Amino acid sequence: MTQLTVEDLHKRYGDHEVLKGVSLSAEAGDVITIIGSSGSGKSTFLRCINFLEQPDAGRISVAGEEIRLVPGRDGHLKVADAKQLQRLRTRLAMVFQHFNLWAHMTVLENVVEAPVHVLGVPRKQALERAMAYLDKVGISRFKDSYPAHLSGGQQQRVAIARALAMEPAVLLFDEPTSALDPELVGEVLKVMRGLAEEGRTMVVVTHEMGFAREVSSQVMFLHQGLAEESGPPAQLFGQPKSERLRQFLSGNLK
Amino acid sequence: MIEWSLFAESWPSYASGLWLTLQLTVLSLIAGLLLAIPLAVLRVSSNRWLSGPVWAYSYFFRGTPMLVQLLLMYYGLGQFEWVQAQWDAGSRFWLLFRDPYGCALITFALNTGAYTTEIIAGALRAMPHGEIEAARACGMSRFTMLRRIQLPGALRRALPAYSNEIIFMLHGTAIASTVTLVDLTGAARNAYSQFFAPFEAFIFAGLIYLAVTFALVGLFRIAERRWLAHLQPRKPLGKGA
Amino acid sequence: MLHGYLPSLLDGAWVTLRVAVFSLLLALVLGLLGASSRLSPNRLLRLPATAYTTIVRGIPDLVMMLLIFYGGQVGINLLTDALGMDYIDVNPFVAGVLTLGFIFGAYFTETFRGAFMAVPAGQLEAGRAYGMSNWQVFSRILFPQMLRHALPGLGNNWQVMQKSTALVSIIGLSDITWLADQAGRSTREPFLFYAVVCVFYLVLTAVSGLVFNWLERRYSVGVRRAQT
Repeated sequence: MTQLTVEDLHKRYGDHEVLKGVSLSAEAGDVITIIGSSGSGKSTFLRCINFLEQPDAGRISVAGEEIRLVPGRDGHLKVADAKQLQRLRTRLAMVFQHFNLWAHMTVLENVVEAPVHVLGVPRKQALERAMAYLDKVGISRFKDSYPAHLSGGQQQRVAIARALAMEPAVLLFDEPTSALDPELVGEVLKVMRGLAEEGRTMVVVTHEMGFAREVSSQVMFLHQGLAEESGPPAQLFGQPKSERLRQFLSGNLK
Repeated sequence: MIEWSLFAESWPSYASGLWLTLQLTVLSLIAGLLLAIPLAVLRVSSNRWLSGPVWAYSYFFRGTPMLVQLLLMYYGLGQFEWVQAQWDAGSRFWLLFRDPYGCALITFALNTGAYTTEIIAGALRAMPHGEIEAARACGMSRFTMLRRIQLPGALRRALPAYSNEIIFMLHGTAIASTVTLVDLTGAARNAYSQFFAPFEAFIFAGLIYLAVTFALVGLFRIAERRWLAHLQPRKPLGKGA
Repeated sequence: MLHGYLPSLLDGAWVTLRVAVFSLLLALVLGLLGASSRLSPNRLLRLPATAYTTIVRGIPDLVMMLLIFYGGQVGINLLTDALGMDYIDVNPFVAGVLTLGFIFGAYFTETFRGAFMAVPAGQLEAGRAYGMSNWQVFSRILFPQMLRHALPGLGNNWQVMQKSTALVSIIGLSDITWLADQAGRSTREPFLFYAVVCVFYLVLTAVSGLVFNWLERRYSVGVRRAQT
């Protein structure tokens, strides 16, 4: 079943066109990795999917339901129905580069918050669910700590548990390891690997080529706002067709 | 040298003065805070029709002395025949403005409301953008986000600045004595004119204010430890990190 | 205009301005002295300065003002009696300036103290390492940088202080508030006259806001600003 389809997404900032028509389709269990140099538009693409940025053109459907869009006054597309967007956002859980945990809540409260106050899950059930996911990411013993008292790797694992607790159709990862010290990257990648093996649908923007090659079912190489090349990892990393991808890989593979 | 009889005779009036001071402080702070929370939300709005009037309100009350505000309200409103007509008609609401206690409370509440609006608005603006994005990304409505993420975060962050505001109000209420109220300062002024012993009269009041101030500062320390734990540097833990 | 009370109100405004400026000068001097004592390694200097800021900031300015005005009068009477001199009336202008300066000196002490401490110790070390004398380190490195850190706090204190000048009307100084009160009583239009006082203070705070913004821009050269 198709969990997420994005068709022909365009986005411009002033005169600069960041996305020039990018499409993507994720079946259940797909792990799609988006790679590309900085400025290629990969983060913008991910942020347009759940409307943290307004795309200028394109279509987005989540689990078969299309987000209804209307042209806004400023030229960007606008969501026709804010309630629908809120509902579909709960199906797309996002993990951010800078974790973005809510600073005034403990780890457990962070994970319980949206299920209770957005999805309306009964508190007791949400707590059980939260504990299970905190266990899964290996952080349950810090459940009563505040985010500021945790290391970056631990915070990112909490953020992943927070995303999982929404039981979403698709997990979106926006460079989840880029803000971490090198020695903390491994613990987060390990958790993400585990999620992929469980068959969760994931779209991952990353610089971690090892993860892209070994874990993803499909890789997309973005260059200057276009999908320059995409396909199974063996193909992209084994026999890259485009000269730009070859250059990119030679600079990024060690 | 020391006029001991002042303490012996006047302490009951100091006690009731302190009680009035505390009442005025606490009630005006509560009313001001309740006023300030919604106003702060409007103040940070990008819609000028919403933020403009709040700006004007807070600019007036923060730009003029509270003493003048109080005099304007207590002595000034009586100038208008329309207000006098309301008094004659026995309007409960308007009679508040003829009563020194009502006038003082309303002035103090509006004054602290203005400062508190700016404090909370500042804290709302200082909210890290990422935390708001995370709330939007998980499908929160604007109202849920305000209620669950922005205001709880901002109110905690506003605590140190608000502690100062509380002390300012405690001290600010001293001008209630200019509209005939016998608060702690009023009691000291009465004791002074009765005994002509300015040092005893005003130092006694000063010491009581000082004690209340210290007690409040102690309470803020406890409150900050409790509500701002999440912003404090990490405690050295044996494990983790 | 204003039933002929305009000149009298202008006189009052001039009194208020003078009270504000003179108390500011006194408070600045006391603040610098206080901050230096509070940061001094010598306990005999540190303790009184700490007591000064703690006590003054813990008491309402009106109580402090009444204490100094009435208490000062009694003190002077005792003194003149003891010396066999003639009776001296305490001038409310002097009393007002002394009180406001004394009170706000405590707030300025804390502002200056924070600003002194905000100058990185490494820069002072660098000065010494290049052979500067203590005085040179103070006047060439510490003081100019401290001033920059202090400006926002000074601006704040000044705004609070301007509004506190209205309290001098309570001890009978003919400032703008007191004169407006008189005019309001005799014309039976108190609202009008208090409103004029409000406008005066609003203009005063607006102008000083502009001045302090300008000063901060001018003295923040070399400071990197967070982009918004």
